[in-house]
Amino acid sequence: MIKKFDKKDEESGSGSNPFQHLEKSAVLQEARIFNETPINPRRCLHILTKIIYLLNQGEHFGTTEATEAFFAMTRLFQSNDQTLRRMCYLTIKEMANISEDVIIVTSSLTKDMTGKEDVYRGPAIRALCRITDTTMLQAIERYMKQAIVDKVPSVSSSALVSSLHMVKMSYDVVKRWVNEAQEAASSDNIMVQYHALGLLYHLRKNDRLAVTKMLNKFTKSGLKSPFAYCMLIRIASKLLDETEGGHDSPLFDFIESCLRNKNEMVVYEAASAIVHMPNCTARELAPAVSVLQLFCSSPKAALRYAAVRTLNKVAMKHPSAVTACNLDLENLITDSNRSIATLAITTLLKTGSESSVDRLMKQISSFVSEISDEFKVVVVQAISALCQKYPRKHSVMMNFLSNMLRDDGGFEYKRAIVDCIISIIEENPESKETGLAHLCEFIEDCEHTVLATKILHLLGKEGPRTPQPSKYIRFIFNRVVLESEAVRAAAVSALAKFGAQNDDLLPSVLVLMQRCMMDSDDEVRDRATFYMNVLQQKQKALNAAYIFNGLSVSIPGLEKSLHQYTLEPSEKPFDMKTVPLATTPITEQKTEIAPVATSKLPEKLAPSRQDIYQEQLASIPEFQGLGPLFKSSEPVQLTEAETEYVVRCVKHTFARHMVFQFDCTNTLNDQLLQKVIVQMEPSEAYEVIHYIPAASLPYSQPGSCYTLVRLPDDDPTAVSCTFSCTMKYLVRDCDPNTGEPDDDGYDDEYVLEDLEVTVADHIQKVLKPNFGAAWEEVGDEFEKEETFALASVRTLDEAVGNIISFLGMQPCERSDKVPENKNSHVLFLAGVFRGGHDVLVRARLALADGVTMQVTVRSSEETVVDVILASVG
Amino acid sequence: MDSPILEPSLYTVKAVLILDNDGDRLYAKYYDDTYPTVKEQKAFEKNIFNKTHRTDSEIALLEGLTVVYKSNIDLFFYVIGSSHENELMLMAVLNCLFDSLSQMLRKNVERRALLENMEGLFLAVDEIVDGGVILESDPQQVVHRVALRGDDVPLTEQTVTQTGYHHPSSGHD
Repeated sequence: MIKKFDKKDEESGSGSNPFQHLEKSAVLQEARIFNETPINPRRCLHILTKIIYLLNQGEHFGTTEATEAFFAMTRLFQSNDQTLRRMCYLTIKEMANISEDVIIVTSSLTKDMTGKEDVYRGPAIRALCRITDTTMLQAIERYMKQAIVDKVPSVSSSALVSSLHMVKMSYDVVKRWVNEAQEAASSDNIMVQYHALGLLYHLRKNDRLAVTKMLNKFTKSGLKSPFAYCMLIRIASKLLDETEGGHDSPLFDFIESCLRNKNEMVVYEAASAIVHMPNCTARELAPAVSVLQLFCSSPKAALRYAAVRTLNKVAMKHPSAVTACNLDLENLITDSNRSIATLAITTLLKTGSESSVDRLMKQISSFVSEISDEFKVVVVQAISALCQKYPRKHSVMMNFLSNMLRDDGGFEYKRAIVDCIISIIEENPESKETGLAHLCEFIEDCEHTVLATKILHLLGKEGPRTPQPSKYIRFIFNRVVLESEAVRAAAVSALAKFGAQNDDLLPSVLVLMQRCMMDSDDEVRDRATFYMNVLQQKQKALNAAYIFNGLSVSIPGLEKSLHQYTLEPSEKPFDMKTVPLATTPITEQKTEIAPVATSKLPEKLAPSRQDIYQEQLASIPEFQGLGPLFKSSEPVQLTEAETEYVVRCVKHTFARHMVFQFDCTNTLNDQLLQKVIVQMEPSEAYEVIHYIPAASLPYSQPGSCYTLVRLPDDDPTAVSCTFSCTMKYLVRDCDPNTGEPDDDGYDDEYVLEDLEVTVADHIQKVLKPNFGAAWEEVGDEFEKEETFALASVRTLDEAVGNIISFLGMQPCERSDKVPENKNSHVLFLAGVFRGGHDVLVRARLALADGVTMQVTVRSSEETVVDVILASVG
Repeated sequence: MDSPILEPSLYTVKAVLILDNDGDRLYAKYYDDTYPTVKEQKAFEKNIFNKTHRTDSEIALLEGLTVVYKSNIDLFFYVIGSSHENELMLMAVLNCLFDSLSQMLRKNVERRALLENMEGLFLAVDEIVDGGVILESDPQQVVHRVALRGDDVPLTEQTVTQTGYHHPSSGHD
């Protein structure tokens, strides 16, 4: 009666969770009835269920209480209730890691695994393997082998899968069961087949030959299990990838044949495998794409999703291969699953024509708020790619991006949008004002400091040069009032740029700056005070040097120089010109540079390539006193690639000298070279003063020798020179196997290619973010202008490229990009000439029959101007 | 989203989840260390539920993982795998779980019936996925192996009465 009453009570409160208010301690208390005789299976079963439920909810069990419950549970093996026994297995697995001495149940489980009750055997094996270690595994090895080939599928599968779990721990034991697994692989049961294949592969995956054999066998005999087919496809494509062979192998044929399998899972796996293969040709892709196309109209959402996601990947590399599916993709735009719709649209954006962009963007904006951040980033990426493809569409994109910017979203998502907007602004000058306006609106309510400072910097750079700079001031000053220190400091710097550029805004900026000088943060106050004082001078040159263009020195170099200065007290003020310049980030770090003495280098601030050279050269006594390293060139090859000796040269320029660093490699294993130098014969008045040999050059170990050259003092315009180079050395023949050299050696020499020193070696690139200000700063005292005709050049692009590489200067204001369909262009170049003289070049280019170029050069030093013009001519 | 060649492996399933219509966990089994702590797991479940409970769209990509799901009355079933995993394999697991439970609960797949048969659920999942490996995908086989005794009065009749109202002192009946 009581039970019935309880039941009714339960029903009336429908929706309540009977497990909701379980107390762990109460349940463990209840578990004591496990010890009662006779065992009440139903009640015990229910208590086990509660325990597993609690574990499943993430409840923490202490070792003692878990062990106690576990030991009480072992008594339940006396009952023959099937469900209760099964729940015992589950409890064992769940508690294997929290209770102590779980191996106490080993014999009970072994008994069940070999017993007559098939229902027990599979789960007993899985529970047993969960609590078994390598030593115990050997004790049950015999049973495991039998179980693997057992005719009952659940037993065989359980044994195979458990063996797979054990491979990680006991590879040596499990690998002895290969024959049994092999036998199981020919089972009629599809799951047994699959599990056997999986185990076999795991045991053999490091033996390519065995894997190939296995693959051959199974692809020929054919399998029943779709899961096993998927596994085979993965093994085959991995093997194909490793062999790097062409796609005409039987493995590829096998994967392709799976495109005609009855089961969709297999067909999709095969199509996906083909799509993900590197270097697939359009012809090889075609059959895979057409099955994916079919899947696009499947009633199953998962299949449509899988298909369109894979097509999206194809479209990244081979958009033309996917155009055939455009119609099917169009149908998916309205799919109720937004992930599918998003993928369809972003795929279409990659494959479709310019005319469809507006429509697609409208579609996607109707539901962008419903999709997850992952897909939003996918959308932004698609837009970003699209902007590069169809620059004319930027206004549509910009609108869309600004709407996205207003929605909720994580940092990655917002950053993707901001980056996309910034790149649009940079590519399309006409979109600048709208873009800046959107970004201004965004920072009004932006929780990400990194993004806010980035945008403020951009505003400072671009804002002052827009037709209406005053409208940005409010947005920037709001930041000073409302934000964290880092953002406030960035806002102050941005404000200063407005004051420096626009005279009519200066008074207001000064008032605002005054208020910033009372900020609670040191950095903000310091910046405000500094800018205030600079601005009050109202000097263009000061503004350009300290507000627009900042420092162009290398930060680690500055740190080192300042440290040096403090160590040697001197009356002289610190000279900024002694600090090496920052190399513009275009020079990528090469891994093979700096063969010696750099192993200790990984430091907090990764030093640039030039800082590394500086360090290396400074360690050679002969080179002390040369002053700071001014510039290091890219390595120049002085030998063909496949010669006995490989030599390349890096040209290091100092104020009055040049050091040529020859990195030499000896590729002959029967020779040891010693006392290696490179002798140089200059064509001009350059004077070789010192050779520093590489002491010894064993086989394939690179070494460096140096040649020090003085630049001609009396003729500063002699910037270019040709050196004929000969490598001289002592050869000692040696045993190729041991590397043991003969006692005697003989002198020999090897002629290298000529080495050119050009004007570019004397100029370091410096980026002037505001070229106009820098131009005014240098002034026209030493301005010279000349006009040249470049007859051999056919396009403006080519001309721009040539000039940049010839002069070795930094293009500014993105003037290295020539807009399409223009007949004229202005290129701005900035650099510092050896000795620390700023030099600026403005080159007006006009395209008629060939390119005409009017070059204007300004510098703080007259000879520099002459040098540049002379060398261009 | 860029995927390398898949390492061939039987380890397919990262997690199996069942949530109720408040997004609370009824069942959760994680098979690898993607979400090592209970706190991270619950946060993930919350996120999953928020993104999926209003739409009946079967599949989604969340936190870089593929999630296939299905809802019925007041239950939400999820199977989670790597984003490189064959979506149809995960679907096979989800369908097998749902169909097995549907048979075991006599088509009455809803929260209350499930809670009354938790041991059946535990055993069924144990037969479908083992340590992330798909053990069985045929619901008939699963139901057969779980082998809840087929007596007409299901276990639940009795177990329910004791649930939550049971006190150790009243243990002798």
